[in-house]
Amino acid sequence: MAHPHTSSRLAGLLCLVILAVAWLVPAHPARANLVVDINNPTFEPIPVAVPSFSAQSQVPSRLAEMTQMGDDIAGVVAADLERSGLFRPLPQKSFVEQGLVPERRPRFPDWKAIGAQGLVVGSVNFLADGRIEVLFRLWDVYGQQQMTGVKYETTPDNWRQIAHRVADAIYQRLTGEEGYFDTRVVFVAESGPGTNRVKRLAIMDQDGANLKYLTKGDFLALTPRFSPNSQEITYLSYFNNKPRVYIYDLETGRQELLGDFQGMTFAPRFSPDGNQVVMSMEKNGNSDIYIMDLRTRKIRQLTDGPDIDTAPSFSPDGQFIAFESDRGGGQQIYVMRADGSNVKRISFGKGRYKTPVWSPRGDLIAFTYTSGGVFKIGVMRPDGTGERMLTESFLDEGPTWAPNGRVIMFFRGYPSRGGHVGKDELWSVDLTGRNLRRVPTPGDASDPAWSPLLR
Amino acid sequence: MSSHALRMKFIVLAAATLAIAACEKKSEQPISSAPPPPQQSSNAAPQANVNEQMYAPGSQEELEATAGSRIYFAYDDYSLDARAQATLQKQAEWMRKYPNKSVVIEGHCDERGTREYNLALGARRAESAKRYLVSLGIDEGRINTISYGKERPEVVGSNEAAWAQNRRDVTVVQ
Repeated sequence: MAHPHTSSRLAGLLCLVILAVAWLVPAHPARANLVVDINNPTFEPIPVAVPSFSAQSQVPSRLAEMTQMGDDIAGVVAADLERSGLFRPLPQKSFVEQGLVPERRPRFPDWKAIGAQGLVVGSVNFLADGRIEVLFRLWDVYGQQQMTGVKYETTPDNWRQIAHRVADAIYQRLTGEEGYFDTRVVFVAESGPGTNRVKRLAIMDQDGANLKYLTKGDFLALTPRFSPNSQEITYLSYFNNKPRVYIYDLETGRQELLGDFQGMTFAPRFSPDGNQVVMSMEKNGNSDIYIMDLRTRKIRQLTDGPDIDTAPSFSPDGQFIAFESDRGGGQQIYVMRADGSNVKRISFGKGRYKTPVWSPRGDLIAFTYTSGGVFKIGVMRPDGTGERMLTESFLDEGPTWAPNGRVIMFFRGYPSRGGHVGKDELWSVDLTGRNLRRVPTPGDASDPAWSPLLR
Repeated sequence: MSSHALRMKFIVLAAATLAIAACEKKSEQPISSAPPPPQQSSNAAPQANVNEQMYAPGSQEELEATAGSRIYFAYDDYSLDARAQATLQKQAEWMRKYPNKSVVIEGHCDERGTREYNLALGARRAESAKRYLVSLGIDEGRINTISYGKERPEVVGSNEAAWAQNRRDVTVVQ
């Protein structure tokens, strides 16, 4: 069934052509002095300097544009690094050496003098064929050596994505972990009165840029989740007052109803190979977990019983599914094999454990926890050990993982007072529980889902 | 809770309802479906001094005036208490009076649960009312259900009074 309220095409949104080559990396990288231990909870952010990228243009009329882009790229890179909580970008006005270009070694004492440990030197060049070339080097100021360098070629409108890739390359070189800046977030944008909220699907870059609304808000939209290739979103729409799971194609803007069932379908998620969607289906008031093969459209029931079984989430290897069930009384987290066999309860704490979401690394399951009138976001290992709470508020709900499994985004709701509906906001926190921050959205927002890396 | 225990609870509640219904007949109070929560919202059942006849026969307004359209639930619960059953009995009476009318029962929750669970809980609440109406002889083909989870509160507020009003079923004439 086609959805009549699809927005205009988002053609090309996720199919950027970017050439990236490792650039001038020394054959034998010397031992780096500059490393970031992201597991250390008492870690101090590393001071880094990200001067404006120098501008060149093979087409003279585009030089001013490149100068602006050089400023903007440095700004995006610095902001990404800062938001990770692992880096402290130094103010541009503290910089002594000016006019840096990647082709020349920087004057290291000038950077040491202001306390910079890492220095990013880049350039942007408008090419005769209309594309841009962006390149950068990351310097270890104390070791006085290059740590990494990459060159990218793309169309000028992709500059922001290139900046995120530069930040990812820096993050990866300094932490040893993959970055997560070249990613998007799909979420539910909220507006209107509390008794009749308008909820629209929206998508943006992880830093809040390039916001686009995917639905008009004629129907409630809830719980969007990315497909593994980031091209599709599965979510719950109240289209025609029938709450059902849909797949939204970001490339074409088309929507498809996933199966035509009597009861409500909800809480969908893709399997890691993208060939299946696991979800809850309600029959005669009872909710169980089902899985649909997207090629054959055949559906198979995975859980059975008079209890609420919902919020299924695959392990990244596709072997297991975590879900919540109130079969033991209140909600608790269970893990089963992907065929529904071998169900084991893994949460045993006093409160209620809900919405398990398996980390892309496979090592942890994030969840929503409630007890005594507060909501928390926590993590535990897939065997239920190592439980840790990361946040707490009136309402923290719906965790989603950055693709590197180091950062969790969720939504935070505030109490309604005096008839005014409480705000809903997106927040992120890293695995140590530090670096709790609001994710910028233009209005109220909930139900975030983080995309995989857009490579 | 096992389904057996649930059934037992249902039977006990049904017995209690009969007793209460018997009491109400003796009362001089007009039949009203006034909900237990303290704050009346603007679209709650009209007061009894309003003449029923002013509503179009078979309309939503008439259902509200003669039976009441809302029943309420305890926290994280979908069982029907005596008051809910009394309202549903009047709804069944109304549906027998208008055999061509169908209804949608909307199941709603307060804001203190997670989104997915509340969708499932709202479905349970709507189904509870539907099953009860069917047990009173209403054809189940005339009763549709939908869950709104915590998406459509009746009252905006983060306190027990508001939550109690939001944990509800609303019967809507189609």
